[in-house]
Amino acid sequence: MSIDVERVSFSYGSHVVLRDLTFHIPDNTLVNVLGPNGVGKSTLFRCILCLNGNWTGSIRVNGHDLRALSVRDRAREIAYIPQSHAPVYNYEVIDVVLMSAGGNIGLFGTPKRCHLDRAWEALERVGIAHLGHRPYTQISGGEQQLVLIARAIAQDARTIIMDEPTSALDYGNTVRVLSCVRQLAREGMSIVQSTHQPDQAFLYSDKTLVIADGRVLAFGDPKDVITKELVSAIYGVDVEVNSLYGDKVRVCVPIREIER
Amino acid sequence: MFSSLVEGREQGRDPYLVQAPATHASAAAGAAASGVPATPAATEASATRATAPSAAQAPAAPTSPHGQPAPAAPSPQSAPGKGCPACPGRTSSSAATRHARLVIIGLVVFVVAAVVASLMLGRYPISPDEALGMLVSRLFPLDAFWTDQQATLFFNVRLPRILLGLMVGCSLAAAGAAFQGTFQNPLVSPDILGASQGAAFGAAIAILLGAAAFGVSASAFAFSIVAVLLVLLVGARAKGNHLMVVVLAGVMVSSLFSAGVSYTKLVADPANGELADITYWLMGSLTGAKTADVQMAAVPMAAGLAVLFALRWRINILTMGDDEAATMGVNARRTRIVVIAAATLVTASSVAVSGMIGWVGLVIPHLCRMLVGCDYRKLMPASMLMGAGFLLLVDDIARLATTSEIPIGILTAFVGAPFFLYLITRKKQQ
Repeated sequence: MSIDVERVSFSYGSHVVLRDLTFHIPDNTLVNVLGPNGVGKSTLFRCILCLNGNWTGSIRVNGHDLRALSVRDRAREIAYIPQSHAPVYNYEVIDVVLMSAGGNIGLFGTPKRCHLDRAWEALERVGIAHLGHRPYTQISGGEQQLVLIARAIAQDARTIIMDEPTSALDYGNTVRVLSCVRQLAREGMSIVQSTHQPDQAFLYSDKTLVIADGRVLAFGDPKDVITKELVSAIYGVDVEVNSLYGDKVRVCVPIREIER
Repeated sequence: MFSSLVEGREQGRDPYLVQAPATHASAAAGAAASGVPATPAATEASATRATAPSAAQAPAAPTSPHGQPAPAAPSPQSAPGKGCPACPGRTSSSAATRHARLVIIGLVVFVVAAVVASLMLGRYPISPDEALGMLVSRLFPLDAFWTDQQATLFFNVRLPRILLGLMVGCSLAAAGAAFQGTFQNPLVSPDILGASQGAAFGAAIAILLGAAAFGVSASAFAFSIVAVLLVLLVGARAKGNHLMVVVLAGVMVSSLFSAGVSYTKLVADPANGELADITYWLMGSLTGAKTADVQMAAVPMAAGLAVLFALRWRINILTMGDDEAATMGVNARRTRIVVIAAATLVTASSVAVSGMIGWVGLVIPHLCRMLVGCDYRKLMPASMLMGAGFLLLVDDIARLATTSEIPIGILTAFVGAPFFLYLITRKKQQ
């Protein structure tokens, strides 16, 4: 659902990471967050998720101030798919998805039939039910991302935050994961994901948020936001933004390589 | 349902609809080809290693404790096709789950067989019917067809020792499994937070002060808890990677108490046997186990084990790390404190009554992970059972192998160290 960020600042000790961020993400929106490495994308996500505590300002997710909610209630509002994921122990895929029930089961409880059913439904929804009994570490990186997406679905939060879900994936897996995300957003979820590919924003986002130097540089329709000037400025390389298929989609290309 | 996604896949091939059965079958075949067959072999080897000497010692025991899970292993591999045709992956229980169930049943049989064998093993012969008769006579009035001497030996020496062996083995293995999960590190053992060294110091101090057996155990228990509390206090105050700090603090506090133990040995009087007592206590042993010991340890152990068993599924979530656990609605820090408290309680009780018995808490969870997988819903009961049975068998060797008893701590290291070396050099299961 919605995420409202008002004048949020955050620093690690004396190192200021986020400076006075304000933006508003409406319901049922797929948002791409762009920005160079180390600009504070992950930090922003951690602030929204309350994994980082001492930020100033106000963040409201679906109208709730998450800092006022318990860990358990937070998980009902927002789910998180971390950037790098290397579990120490090897679980079956279905058991990984089943962990999403953690917030619904008492401290000394174990999952019941209904939790298991919900986990299977989530796997079916992202189309990987056939992997249910495979060991998680033996499936491909793209399939692992889909498993984590299924876990977020099974958690039943209407908002998902994904930190660079496709950064380690090959082209095919990238497309598969992103179209899955695109579809979930169409079905009514709000999804915020960070990426390093400006091209992806045209196909796989409703809105693009650009962060540079800890501030919001631009926020809006990808076609308005991702311009030749902006991409050249934030990444420090000259690019050309061109349209294909009657402006149905656009691409960014580095100029130096074209002019050679 | 998922039109665009499926659409995107149908261009080439659709693994979900068309290839799913093949994928599933190959998954089972892959599992069969890679890790699984190695596992029963490993168990058999190690179980044989552990049981062979005791069996050799006691030809009088026809039901040698070979009710181990190895023979049960191959059967569940052959049933991959059992699932609804609409969603081929979705079976009520996977081959791995059925396999794990069989393994756990096998372990129950193994423990029962080990207990029965151990009751009869010993220098003073007690036949199976006499043992059974004496047990039953406690519940129903029965005409004694055994001697009083046999009854005394059975109830005051052999039975408490067997019970204590089961309890300590079960506790150490469960605590080891729990710690390996909460610290996300498979190389952690139950004394990672200083429980053993704290207990050793407490015992050494009590021996120096001339305390009786009960005093030594009580002091060991108290100092064990103090050591872990100290570590947690440091961990709570420190900044940075919480888990790392706690483990480091555990190492530091351990070495502090270990220095204390060395000092007590230095000032202990060799003439009146204090030094020997301390040294012997440090080696760990179930010798002289009395009904009082069993009763004293039973309450904290039962409480701690019950909590660990109840938390078994939560530990799965802890292994994913604090951030992920939190975003799934689990307060990882709080859960971890409960796990640590329960595991410390059972470890401290074990060390207090038996001294330092290493390796069980490290090796048994590993072995169980190979047999039943990493899911703590299966791993925790399997570790408890195997730990109990394993320590009982090793204790049988300890009391029967030579005329003078070998401290069990030495034996577990003899079994544990080579096994651990085998573990880290074997071909990676994945």
